Amino acid sequence: MNMHRPRILPVGERAVLVEFGLDISPGIQARVSALDQALTAANHPAISEWVPTYRSLLVHYNPLMITVGELTYWLGDLAHQPVQAEEVLRRRVTLPVLYGGELGPDLLFVAEYTKLHVEEVVRLHSGTDYLVYMLGFLPGFPYLGGLPPALVTPRLSTPRTSVPAGSVGIADRQTGVYPLNSPGGWQLVGRTPVQLYNAHREQPFLLSPGDLLRFKSVTADEYLEAEQQVQAGHYQPLVEEGVKYEQH
Amino acid sequence: MSSIKVITPGLLTMVQDEGRSGFQRFGVPVAGVFDRFAALTANLLVGNEQSAAVLEATFMCPTLQAECTLQAAITGGVSCATLDGKSIPQWETFTWQAGQILNMGSVSAGARVYLAISGGITVPLVMGSRSTYVRAEIGGYQGRRLQKDDLLPIKMDGVVPIEPRRLPMAFRPALIGEHVLRVVLGPQDDYFTGEAIQSFLSGEYKVATASDRMGIRLQGPAVTPLNPDIVSDAITYGSVQVPKDGQPIIMGPDRQTTGGYPKIATVLEQDMNTLAQAKPGDLVRFVLISVEEAQEVASNTSNYYRGIRKILLGEIAGREYAIKLDGRTLYSFCEQLS
Repeated sequence: MNMHRPRILPVGERAVLVEFGLDISPGIQARVSALDQALTAANHPAISEWVPTYRSLLVHYNPLMITVGELTYWLGDLAHQPVQAEEVLRRRVTLPVLYGGELGPDLLFVAEYTKLHVEEVVRLHSGTDYLVYMLGFLPGFPYLGGLPPALVTPRLSTPRTSVPAGSVGIADRQTGVYPLNSPGGWQLVGRTPVQLYNAHREQPFLLSPGDLLRFKSVTADEYLEAEQQVQAGHYQPLVEEGVKYEQH
Repeated sequence: MSSIKVITPGLLTMVQDEGRSGFQRFGVPVAGVFDRFAALTANLLVGNEQSAAVLEATFMCPTLQAECTLQAAITGGVSCATLDGKSIPQWETFTWQAGQILNMGSVSAGARVYLAISGGITVPLVMGSRSTYVRAEIGGYQGRRLQKDDLLPIKMDGVVPIEPRRLPMAFRPALIGEHVLRVVLGPQDDYFTGEAIQSFLSGEYKVATASDRMGIRLQGPAVTPLNPDIVSDAITYGSVQVPKDGQPIIMGPDRQTTGGYPKIATVLEQDMNTLAQAKPGDLVRFVLISVEEAQEVASNTSNYYRGIRKILLGEIAGREYAIKLDGRTLYSFCEQLS
């Protein structure tokens, strides 16, 4: 159980950083998620926005409405509750992925490098929940934790100039999905037709920090059907509420 | 509804408003105008709400043609704009007749020039804002900088002409190419030795050519962090990141939402306006203040802006004076009490 009081540091005159630790761990992230949820519930009038990241939360506030001392005290109270990592209730999003072939051009390389059969790579990659630690670098780009160690593969020595949106990749100990077309050095193992980001949707972003993400291996036919539904605007991804994160 | 046609787009001209907030947790940069004082004033000069979208032009400014008669104002850096060839002053409301060509010129002092139009530039809202974030093609005019023949939509319904307004000289920024920036230390000041922090606070830095809306890069005394990386956390406007080479970068409107370099200090939001007018070669110095002093600055700034608004709206009467001292001219504005 993580009982330490967080560090609360001023960041200029309009933000404070609530820092729960210096490492990446589900236990520390659970405290970030807990504070995230508590801030949403509290709806403090002087707080305009807050950004959860791996091990801290940056809270933006109006300095004309509250002093840094008052805010620090208030946040300290809100943030010091001990949280069991396993107790945090999360939202799990499942993405259909067509692994390999043209959409996953590096799947064979990953299998060779990790000395696993292709089917084993797919089974391991799609057999676990990943924790969304934060979004950054590009709008909607998830930083995921929990890649099975057996799948660790170095990134491409020469990045591609353009990786299609929806591409699912592995790079060192990270795995993730590209929300936009972008240059990238990840090993591409498959693709999802689901749009992680669509500026014109009512909820533009499918994933939020603290969510869980699962990949589901589908057939080419299932992929095409999902893609058609996405393009027609009525694809409903599988989203489950109240899920607990279990690390294997 | 009407529009403004882009005859020549300039170097980097974009639609911006106060920025896109509420989506940083999803990795969406805030963007928005760089010189908030210039943009706010420009909007006040044409009777707009503070939140109205304006054009931000950099160094080489655009040439535009209005399709209907409207009121406009140009603020920010000095650029010698002309309307159908006739010189028009900055920091004042002017009438732009239908068909007239506004050549916004090129910047001779400062870096960025702002154009506000009565009723605002009404490109569609994306995630609640009209700001352009070019890297992800979000918002503004089709998610990009302006190009020749673009048609900027402007509102006409409900826009009532105002009595022309003018910002007194005393309130216009000096644009001298030197930027003294007040900073609050942290949040990763513990990644730097006492000597490094002293070096940072007493050093003279130059703005590097590679500077842009994402960050103002500085060249000067190296401030080497004890550890070159942090586990990525969130960045704010004015964060001073220091990579391994010890050359500080001050994060601007298009900064990414998270970063992995240690942050030695944060520049006061109010002092970022002067940085918006920084060009390569300009000098930058940092001055340490406490977070309490910084909050007082925020409060004083708010009062200052309230005063400027009253002056522009004619709620405060006053007179301007030019004071010549040792070959320099200083300007003052004195409120008339009776």
